[in-house]
Amino acid sequence: MFKVIWAELVKLRRPSLSVSTFAAVSFITGLVTSLLYLLVDSPSGNAREGTRISREVLQLPSGLSLSFSNAAGLLGIVALCVFAAQTAQEYTYGTLRNLLVRQPSRMKILVGKLASMKLFAIVMVTLSAILGFTLSYVLAGVKDVSTAAWGTSDARADALRTFINVLISTVGFGIFGMILGLLFRSPISAISIGVIWNLIIEGLLSVFIEKLTKFFPGQLLSVVAQGGTKDISYSYALITSYGILLTGLVIVAILFKRRDVSN
Amino acid sequence: MSNTAIDVRDLSKKYGDRLAVSHANFAVPMGSICGFVGPNGSGKTTTIRMLLGLISPTTGDGHVLGEDISAPEKYLPRVGAMIEGPAFYPALTGKQNLVVLAKLGGFDVDTVQGLLEKVGLGDRGDSKYKTYSLGMKQRLGIAAALLPKPKLLVLDEPTNGLDPAGIQEVRALLRQLADDGSTIFVSSHLLSELEMICDHLVMLREGKVIFTGKTSDLLAAQQPVVIAKPEHMKDLNKLAEIAKSLGHQSTILDDAVHVKGEKDFAAELNKAAFAAGITLASLAPIQASLEETFFEMTGEK
Repeated sequence: MFKVIWAELVKLRRPSLSVSTFAAVSFITGLVTSLLYLLVDSPSGNAREGTRISREVLQLPSGLSLSFSNAAGLLGIVALCVFAAQTAQEYTYGTLRNLLVRQPSRMKILVGKLASMKLFAIVMVTLSAILGFTLSYVLAGVKDVSTAAWGTSDARADALRTFINVLISTVGFGIFGMILGLLFRSPISAISIGVIWNLIIEGLLSVFIEKLTKFFPGQLLSVVAQGGTKDISYSYALITSYGILLTGLVIVAILFKRRDVSN
Repeated sequence: MSNTAIDVRDLSKKYGDRLAVSHANFAVPMGSICGFVGPNGSGKTTTIRMLLGLISPTTGDGHVLGEDISAPEKYLPRVGAMIEGPAFYPALTGKQNLVVLAKLGGFDVDTVQGLLEKVGLGDRGDSKYKTYSLGMKQRLGIAAALLPKPKLLVLDEPTNGLDPAGIQEVRALLRQLADDGSTIFVSSHLLSELEMICDHLVMLREGKVIFTGKTSDLLAAQQPVVIAKPEHMKDLNKLAEIAKSLGHQSTILDDAVHVKGEKDFAAELNKAAFAAGITLASLAPIQASLEETFFEMTGEK
């Protein structure tokens, strides 16, 4: 399996993928952090869906990681696109046959691909965290937000917890992308269906039938990134979202193992 | 140890109602260069995919390098393959593409540059694959197939897109590999090329094996042809009739009459034509080529 991981990392390191992905991650984190601080006094809100995070909340020990956790949903979408494209491209380029000739164990290919993309996701989330924390300090100075509580052990523990939650959420979105990639065998189809589902369909259906939020993987992964909400607990969101994703992954893994490779 | 590199028995693959490969039986001797020929859609690529574990047979079984094809992990580390043309990542360089496969197969990454040089891509290894011409892509595909220092090399149309010099280089490379002890199983539409390099042949038509054995046996079994070209085109039909009256099968192709018959028949035909007032511009007895044999056996053209 390690051979697969080393091979996959050569592909993931290519500048056209890594530079553009890290640029997107930097842009998203920068945008979310900037809006959070620069619009802190705006009555129309400074966070997701028009919610307002006040200066007092930002000054709490958990304030340091708020910008980073707010960017998690969009980081997840980036991971979904990367995982879907990396998986489905093997079909569109016809390279899957090369991979299977060199590594006939299809499960090793699948697990190795997933592991290497998880490593990529770790780098993505780490970059976002570093950028989010740094910008928070800079913008806190600009907007007179006290950072006294951010150096405490509570703040450090909260930052670590947020990092882990955002990572779990981002990897979850990535697994969702991988499932779509294996199912549709085309990067364009997999990415468009994944993005439309997460950004539009889940959101729309949740507005009309609120209960559905508890069963949508995208919504639940966002809850995981936030460490739980007042409506959905962290443990419920984690177990349900990963339960759905792992079930999907097992189904597509069986398909991947049994399907003829004829393109 | 088995003396066959590939041995398939009753191998079939069915897609819906269509039988892509039908009860194929053939063996490829170890150390041989074996041509795999057949018209488009005759089941060559499907057979190759079954041999490489990419698709599972509907019925039958097979062995590659002595191992059952249901366990490809046992023999694929010793097999190099290029199936249905080269397929690589466009955004990676030629070298990076080979490194991906070398790492995946656990082969020495340091051999990559040497392989690129071997196929004539030594100075283009750092160019992105998407900038390669068809011939260069083909060469990279051959380099990838050579990564495992293969005991068996399976190549599907390796000379596609290559210029005459490139075709000659591939021919020389295959000969060298065979001399070094590798078995080569190669499909190609360039039958004249295969005739030059292959000592064995497997011929398919509509998914069925219609010949398997030595190339020399196949060609020797074909009746030679006498090609007679009359001075005047108006005499073509008359000349064909004369050949028939002498008990030989004849057909008019382009501006000549092709008559099935041994070398000695040429003199007899010449005399008969002269007696009928036909002057022959040329008269040549020839042995049927692989291409002609192929067309005759497969009913193509």
